[in-house]
Amino acid sequence: MKDDLNKVVDKILDKYPAKVMKNRKEHILIKDSNENKEISANTRTLPGIITNRGCAYAGCKGVVIGPIVDMVHITHGPVGCAYYTWSTRRNKGRTREGSKNFINYSFTTDMQESDIVFGGDKKLAQAIKEAVEIFNPKAISIAATCPVGLIGDDIQAVAKKAQKEYGIPVLSFSCEGYKGVSQSAGHHIANNNLMREVIGTVDIPVEDQKQFMINILGEYNIGGDEWEIKRVLNKIGYTVNTTMTGDAEYEDIAKAHNSDLNIIQCHRSINYIAEMIEIKYGMPWMKVNFIGIENMSQTLRNMAKFFDNEELYARTETVITEEVEAIKDEMKHYKNMCKGKTAMLFVGGSRAHHYQGLLKEIGMDTIMAGYEFGHRDDYEGRDVIPYIKLDADTRNIEEIKVEKDEKKYRLRIPIERLEQLKKELPINDYPGLVVDMKDQTIVIDDLNHLETEMVIKALKPSFFGSGVKDKYIVQKMGIYSKQMHSYDYSGPYAGFRGAVNFARDTAAGIHTPAWSYTIPPWKKEPILKGKINTEGVEEVC
Amino acid sequence: MRQIAIYGKGGIGKSTTTQNLTAALGEMGNKIMIIGCDPKADSTRLVLGGLAQKTVLDTLREEGEDIELDAVLKAGFMGIKCVESGGPEPGVGCAGRGIITSINLLEQLGAYTDDLDYVFYDVLGDVVCGGFAMPIREGKAEEIYIVASGEMMAMYAANNISKGVQKYADTGGTKLGGIICNSRMVDNEREMLEHFAKELGTQLIHFVPRDNLVQRAEINKKTVIEFSPDEQQANEYRALAKAIEDNKMFVTPKPMSQDRLEEILMEYGFFG
Repeated sequence: MKDDLNKVVDKILDKYPAKVMKNRKEHILIKDSNENKEISANTRTLPGIITNRGCAYAGCKGVVIGPIVDMVHITHGPVGCAYYTWSTRRNKGRTREGSKNFINYSFTTDMQESDIVFGGDKKLAQAIKEAVEIFNPKAISIAATCPVGLIGDDIQAVAKKAQKEYGIPVLSFSCEGYKGVSQSAGHHIANNNLMREVIGTVDIPVEDQKQFMINILGEYNIGGDEWEIKRVLNKIGYTVNTTMTGDAEYEDIAKAHNSDLNIIQCHRSINYIAEMIEIKYGMPWMKVNFIGIENMSQTLRNMAKFFDNEELYARTETVITEEVEAIKDEMKHYKNMCKGKTAMLFVGGSRAHHYQGLLKEIGMDTIMAGYEFGHRDDYEGRDVIPYIKLDADTRNIEEIKVEKDEKKYRLRIPIERLEQLKKELPINDYPGLVVDMKDQTIVIDDLNHLETEMVIKALKPSFFGSGVKDKYIVQKMGIYSKQMHSYDYSGPYAGFRGAVNFARDTAAGIHTPAWSYTIPPWKKEPILKGKINTEGVEEVC
Repeated sequence: MRQIAIYGKGGIGKSTTTQNLTAALGEMGNKIMIIGCDPKADSTRLVLGGLAQKTVLDTLREEGEDIELDAVLKAGFMGIKCVESGGPEPGVGCAGRGIITSINLLEQLGAYTDDLDYVFYDVLGDVVCGGFAMPIREGKAEEIYIVASGEMMAMYAANNISKGVQKYADTGGTKLGGIICNSRMVDNEREMLEHFAKELGTQLIHFVPRDNLVQRAEINKKTVIEFSPDEQQANEYRALAKAIEDNKMFVTPKPMSQDRLEEILMEYGFFG
């Protein structure tokens, strides 16, 4: 089997020129638990390769900042950047009583040629003014697009002036698309500003502080995931202080430092904040996984163990039993429909890992997985962080340092107990994707279109979970393909009820193989028809 | 139509030289257009007798797409047509992009009429980015003259501009026509620049001596040709105009290394 996989990989690599081959080889590994192989990640995609990656602006505004519901998010740039990031992530947000919700809007300065020549800062200032006058939001964000960085508009100065003038927070993000090698750079830029400007600026009065108060980090409420997670957590007795940033309000994030524990869903996009909160405010973080029944249950048990409260333990088990009972028959039905089939996942900096357990629960093995924008620690675990070579692209993204806040720092549990728990729970730790994959599976970083087509042809999965850029290519190859960024307008997929939604959609998709019944004309008929004339004799071919 | 771009270190006297040169060419009966490519928009002040017109970019910004050539093109001394590209105030926006926009717009508006004998581009300082190279890109100026003096930094800038010219010589077909010396009364200035030009593979096309008359003419918002047509300095500009009119030497420059440049300075500046 391993030889077969090696042949598949060799066949892909054979297609490349020597230099590209050398580069791509480092991004591909065949899982073998007997060896500790490195994978190359978070490096530049080579020219000529059709990548699925996004840009820093997409990571900052599109992923991390965009889901905050009561802020007006202004894209400073030409209209396309704003239009194509408008609602594409499906991060849902509800309107709180007496508050506002701008999730369905798209705001942009719509820069024109003359703004490029004369500078766009006046137009930006005007846009902020109009946003304040018309919408009166709690706060405003400004996201810089490529041309803004090229002409050097001073968006920080505009933001500062507006903040003073209108008395609301105005955050500016220098997340020009060309920064970094993928959207990952934008996540980092967003993290830095939330930490510097927002978190810790509003305190919850002591009398309003709740027991078992947590923050969910790296959860963006795609298709309502956060709502399903919160439903279960509330049922057990947790209070979710804030989610970063799915369905969050600005002030919730400002109060984040008052919680007892940060739990991290998407490690890649938000681990910077989790680490900085621990240093500054003494709150530890724990890696969780809300996708799949087993992962969800394990996550709830880990959380209970952190708080170590008898009532919480009991409630946790009761809720798990109740929730599992309610869905188990339906899950069994879908498992019967899907079992023995195989899946490939190419998504995110965490999702390609998170969904493997859920797929397994409906009888499907993941035979290939990869991240678009993950770093080596997302594959190999945080232990490798000290050994990751920092290249110029990474150094180009600001790394901020925080210090202990003497007034607000407090230990949530005694140090000795925390150290003990670190041995038992994924506290301040993420072991990465590779360790959870079976032997004889393939891990490919920054999978490109050529590789997608070739692994699909060679390994013939029944399910391919990725994004809109490659969905229809795969779909037309006769393989069910699911957009894991938007859930193809379905969801939620997280938590217990979400697991059933995913199982239902997947079973339906796999059993509706419409495209595999159509044979394209070029497979049936010659593409070219021609005649060859040879010395007066006409041959038809 | 000969399209000519004038480059040189900031403050070296490009605009003064260009306007006096065009005034002399105008006297000789040529039809000329000057396009000022400096955000300060002061390249045509002497020909027009003051800062008399709106810039292309200001007009574009205020009037949007509805823009008439008459609004940005004014005739001055000897019927020389003057256009100022304009641009952002210092420290904001992108002046380079402004020049690209402005020249494209002038083409769209039909400013380049067939009856013109010369189009001059008076470009700000060094070729710092793509925008400032616009006048020497494909289909634009085919001749370049660099204004320099015997001062170290002026020669350094001239050498640097030659690198830009060399780059576009292959793709755009632009060639260097010579170095114009706008004298600063430096020791052995003429010899040093003659040597410098030769080393670049070009010529010192004319040595314009320093004369306070230029300053007096400028205060009166006039070229020397108009202000004191009978003085020797006017004849110097006429000689420059004649040299350019008759110039046959167009080369791809061979920029020199910093070390070589300094050697020339040592040779003529200290020991000459």
